[in-house]
Amino acid sequence: MAETAYAPRRVAVPRAGTATRRRGRRAHRLVPLLYIAPGFLFYLTFVIAPWLQSVWISLWEWNGVGVATWVGLDNYAEILAEPALRAALLNSFGFIIFYTVIPIALGLVLAAVVAATPWRAMPVIRTVLFLPQILPLVAVGVVWKWIYSEDGPFNQLLVAVGLGDFARAWLGDFTWAFPAVGLIGSWVSTGLCFLLLLSGIGRIDPSLYEAAKMDGCGPVREFWHVTVPSLRREIGVAATVTIIAALAGFDVVYVMTGGGPGHATTVPGVQVYELVFTAGRVGTACALATVLSVLTCAVMYGINRLTKER
Amino acid sequence: MTRFLTRGALVLAAATVLFPFLAILSAALQPPSTLSPGLAWPSSPHWENFATAWTTAGFGSLLSSSAIVAFGVVPIALVMATLAGYGLAMCTLRIKGPLFALLMLGLALPFEAIVIPLYYDMRSADLLNSHWAMILPLIGAFMPFGVFWMRAHFESLPRELVEAAEMDGASHWRTLVSVLLPTARPALTTLGLLNFMWAWNHFLLALILIQDPAKRTAPAGLGKFVQQFGKNIPLLSAGTIIVITPIVLLYLFFQRHFIKGILQGAVK
Repeated sequence: MAETAYAPRRVAVPRAGTATRRRGRRAHRLVPLLYIAPGFLFYLTFVIAPWLQSVWISLWEWNGVGVATWVGLDNYAEILAEPALRAALLNSFGFIIFYTVIPIALGLVLAAVVAATPWRAMPVIRTVLFLPQILPLVAVGVVWKWIYSEDGPFNQLLVAVGLGDFARAWLGDFTWAFPAVGLIGSWVSTGLCFLLLLSGIGRIDPSLYEAAKMDGCGPVREFWHVTVPSLRREIGVAATVTIIAALAGFDVVYVMTGGGPGHATTVPGVQVYELVFTAGRVGTACALATVLSVLTCAVMYGINRLTKER
Repeated sequence: MTRFLTRGALVLAAATVLFPFLAILSAALQPPSTLSPGLAWPSSPHWENFATAWTTAGFGSLLSSSAIVAFGVVPIALVMATLAGYGLAMCTLRIKGPLFALLMLGLALPFEAIVIPLYYDMRSADLLNSHWAMILPLIGAFMPFGVFWMRAHFESLPRELVEAAEMDGASHWRTLVSVLLPTARPALTTLGLLNFMWAWNHFLLALILIQDPAKRTAPAGLGKFVQQFGKNIPLLSAGTIIVITPIVLLYLFFQRHFIKGILQGAVK
């Protein structure tokens, strides 16, 4: 390929007889592979190979420097047995409520309401609602950590509206830390879900709504019987993107709580970091990473099957 | 009435998004001595907090590290995604299906699943604590999205375009460079911006693969800054604003590309 790159010929295949052409065609069928190769090589070397390596390491007990001992599936048993590791996996699935369910529900309602009445200020609103998507999540975590702090703006707001008794150190509270961190996921994802669903509503065939009106549907039944089913694909896309974000959520948690208090907000990323750099249990860390990646792929596959258009 | 309600809902949503930004700006301008400022606009804004934060955390070096990583990733990632996207679009071999599935896998794999081996591999390759430790894996990790994105672009073009070039006897390379690439500018701009943003914002690999403070990137630096100055809210807020400003400016300049890229990218 380097050859063609340096000396691109104006006329590659001379306009000769059809026989030479046909032979050229067959060789040409392999040419696309040359174009695919460099990108794939990078991908295989820096993503797929490390992943397989991680799966392999998960079968060993290894502290990162010494000799490794084969332990088979023991590391996986530890994930089930240790509260911290189990909590990490459960929490990351719990975050789906905040990253996916709430944003899609809010986004659906907002999109359904807004689609009917266009507004000229919409581009500005869109720009603002999209903002959380482009911010580094570390920065988002830093900001919200302060907002939730003991004498931060959130508690200030509660006091101002007469709910001062509710004020607390949100991120230090065993009950409230998890939903407090989770809500940031909703803050990040709702705009994206709303805009995805709004663009989907624009593609719904208007005759469906006319038919619903003829059948005497009110706005609520119209929402359930026309809007939601027609957005099946967009809902699937929004769910896929946000579930990946929920399961791989690390930045916000690392910065805000470090997984605490106790294991209340811990996620696999935090546990992996601690297992490798504090506990020296590289094999267990890899097992946890493997379980997370397999679960993520399984969930993706499931959603893909569920929301595929029939 | 409905009109009023819908607009009210939209404005409320936008205000919810903007509130933390205003809050942090007000915090960044408080007198440096107020360790836990509430939500109040300072009577006299202390802009010097930005200068203090800049020098204390060495944001100059942090931002340039982020820039090196992002500018290292984008050109290579774009070239390879273009080539592979074109290759995949014109590929008629049966191996196409498996290749496709392999790329799909990459869209779902979390970074947690690859970071540990990368740490040990980079260490034995003597690349740990260098910018390459981040650049190389990020190029690989962005490949699936990039390939799908470029393939979708090439397949959206009318078939006649490629056929006409073939009739003229143009080679694959020639077709790509002089017929297809001129149409790909918007697609490439969007992809480049998204890759730049992802590289700039990336945290996990930065935290683990570059632990040398001199080579650290901005998000990782902010993460460390919180641990050191977590109690000094004005300084911390100023630091946060410094870290997000470049990417927010980029977004405001190219918002169409960003919004289109993320919305369409998700759908594809």
